[in-house]
Amino acid sequence: MGRKLLTEHINVEGIDTFEVYRKHGGYRSVEKAIKTMTPDEVVEEVKKSGLRGRGGAGFPTGMKWSFLAKPEGVPRYLVCNADESEPGTFKDRQLMAKLPHLLIEGMITSSYALGANTSYIYIRGELLYVLRILEKAIAEAYANGFLGKNILGSGYDLDLHVHPGGGAYICGEETALLESLEGKRGNPRNKPPFPAVQGLYARPTVVNNVESIAAVVPIVNDGGDEYAKIGVGRSTGTKLFSACGHLNKPGIYEIELGLPVEEFIYSDEYCGGIWKGRDLKAVVAGGSSVPILPKELILKTAAGENRLMTYESLSDGGFVTGTMLGSGGFIAMDETTCIVRNTWNFSRFYHHESCGQCSPCREGTGWLEKVLHRLEHGHGHMEDIDLLVSVAKQIEGNTICPLGEAAAWPVAAAVRHFRDEFEWHVTHAKQAAQPGAVFPGAAVLV
Amino acid sequence: METTAVKPQFSEAAQAEIKRLLTHYPDERRKSALLPVLHIAQAEFGGWVSPEVQDLVAETLGLKPIEVYEVSSFYTMFNLKPVGKHVLEICRTGPCMLRGSDELTAHLERITGAKVGGPASEDGLFTLKEVECLAACGFAPIVQVREKYYEQLDTPEAVDAMLTELRNQVHRPALPWEETGLPNALANN
Ligand SMILES: Cc1cc2nc3c(=O)[nH]c(=O)nc-3n(C[C@H](O)[C@H](O)[C@H](O)COP(=O)(O)O)c2cc1C
Ligand code: SF4
Ligand code: FES
Repeated sequence: MGRKLLTEHINVEGIDTFEVYRKHGGYRSVEKAIKTMTPDEVVEEVKKSGLRGRGGAGFPTGMKWSFLAKPEGVPRYLVCNADESEPGTFKDRQLMAKLPHLLIEGMITSSYALGANTSYIYIRGELLYVLRILEKAIAEAYANGFLGKNILGSGYDLDLHVHPGGGAYICGEETALLESLEGKRGNPRNKPPFPAVQGLYARPTVVNNVESIAAVVPIVNDGGDEYAKIGVGRSTGTKLFSACGHLNKPGIYEIELGLPVEEFIYSDEYCGGIWKGRDLKAVVAGGSSVPILPKELILKTAAGENRLMTYESLSDGGFVTGTMLGSGGFIAMDETTCIVRNTWNFSRFYHHESCGQCSPCREGTGWLEKVLHRLEHGHGHMEDIDLLVSVAKQIEGNTICPLGEAAAWPVAAAVRHFRDEFEWHVTHAKQAAQPGAVFPGAAVLV
Repeated sequence: METTAVKPQFSEAAQAEIKRLLTHYPDERRKSALLPVLHIAQAEFGGWVSPEVQDLVAETLGLKPIEVYEVSSFYTMFNLKPVGKHVLEICRTGPCMLRGSDELTAHLERITGAKVGGPASEDGLFTLKEVECLAACGFAPIVQVREKYYEQLDTPEAVDAMLTELRNQVHRPALPWEETGLPNALANN
């Protein structure tokens, strides 16, 4: 059994209340940080831990914190990214709904480290029921002296608020999130300036994912070095994976980074194998924005080594034979899955969610959806397959935010690994367009 | 619609909640409260935000009406047209599709008589809306109705249980700042 630094108590009765959470060691990190450490010492521990942002990009959290500008007399903010909208990802929702005080504790300790006196949790609007849970927990934290003026008699003040979005995937992108928090449309900002210099209300701001903030709690409690002992190489600590699709036991799992992918999929401790006794066909390992891999390449790297659940191992082989850890949204597809249909579904998602500011993204996602739609519905041509690759290339590197690439990469990967299946959709158009049609061939591995 | 006949007003409970929300942001940044206040407005006025309701939101926050319109039209949660008593938001994204969301949508269209993207069912009870990933992919397929998630709707029995529960709802469930559900909350009927 791997260690559970975040979810050890997740199923304890009443753990969503202050009293029970506190009984299980809750809020110790706040006491330790505020009473025995300077803010910079907290930042130092987070640096030592090697924690990498859990929102998708994997940027080292301690380093991000040390970039925060600190001009005299200007307020700065910590904003928690709880927008969680990347298809396949549902870890933050589970963590917040069941362990609201863990996030609040992490927010207090992190805000202290950054010198923020007002912090926000931006939660996607669909999760209003989780916002209610968080607001109740925040009220308890105020009542017990962990929020508000002069926390634990230290002279440190902090107000914490939860803010709902309105339904827009793009608001997970950090600058779109800040626009949205200011009451505007969620259009990503041009960078620079980066949020660390000009973020919320044009003031220095750190934006971190829910899970990154929660991980600060065990890091401060046990020390950054202890945390860094878990994992492999630069992938330290534990990570939440949300497993879905054709698995026997979908759900969220906290794993020690370094677990073999094969064990994660097939062992009874985790996903328990593929449903209905079927074979695995493909996996999208880190949310819909990362390249899809066929079974053979998700279990083993091109060099034949066991694929591990680490940032490095999942990306081994680059975009030719590898993928990315991303947000930890792990989507498994069984042997009956139509890759073209699935790729079309995801491209519809990105087209729907493009904010429309940059034409390569706005037009490109529209093209991808349209071409994939006609391939899936029996009206495609052979040239369409290369057209997909060329449209994807034209989006890459030509946009304000990474949504364009998030739309393009998965399409390119699907064509690379499943080209025969795309061609079959042209040569056997009628058959392929039938609901539930199954391509009889195999994936391309290199 | 009734809601558009007279100038809409927020209930006292909602006004108090808006006042509380405004303490979350710097005074000169009242606009930050726009999304939370639009959510309150949609809950208060029958599940959608008419132009009149949006004007009320603008007035309440001291914004120009256009500042509200451009935001309400950007975010998918705000319904800009009248809706049935219950809006069923069906997730259609990949992981839910793998576990039967297409079949669920077809089934719901059949038994409610409403069409996705179309008007409410003839009895005025149900509007069907397809949405993107709701962050509950491991419990697919999913329908959201107001603040509630109905999960694992992969059997006719599970769907029936949801519809029965909704049919039996006279008022919408109360929100935390309300004592009870507003008597006029499901005003379309
Ligand atoms: C289109 C898009 C959507 C994103 N959605 C999320 C999200 O839902 N949650 C999240 O934490 N980060 C999301 N991100 C990443 C954020 O921009 C940002 O990198 C992250 O919140 C930083 O936190 P971290 O360093 O703790 O991971 C998204 C990025 C893009 C481009
Ligand atoms: S890449 Fe797409 S989503 Fe991002 S800013 Fe440009 S148009 Fe908007
Ligand atoms: S795909 Fe339906 S909840 Fe994520």
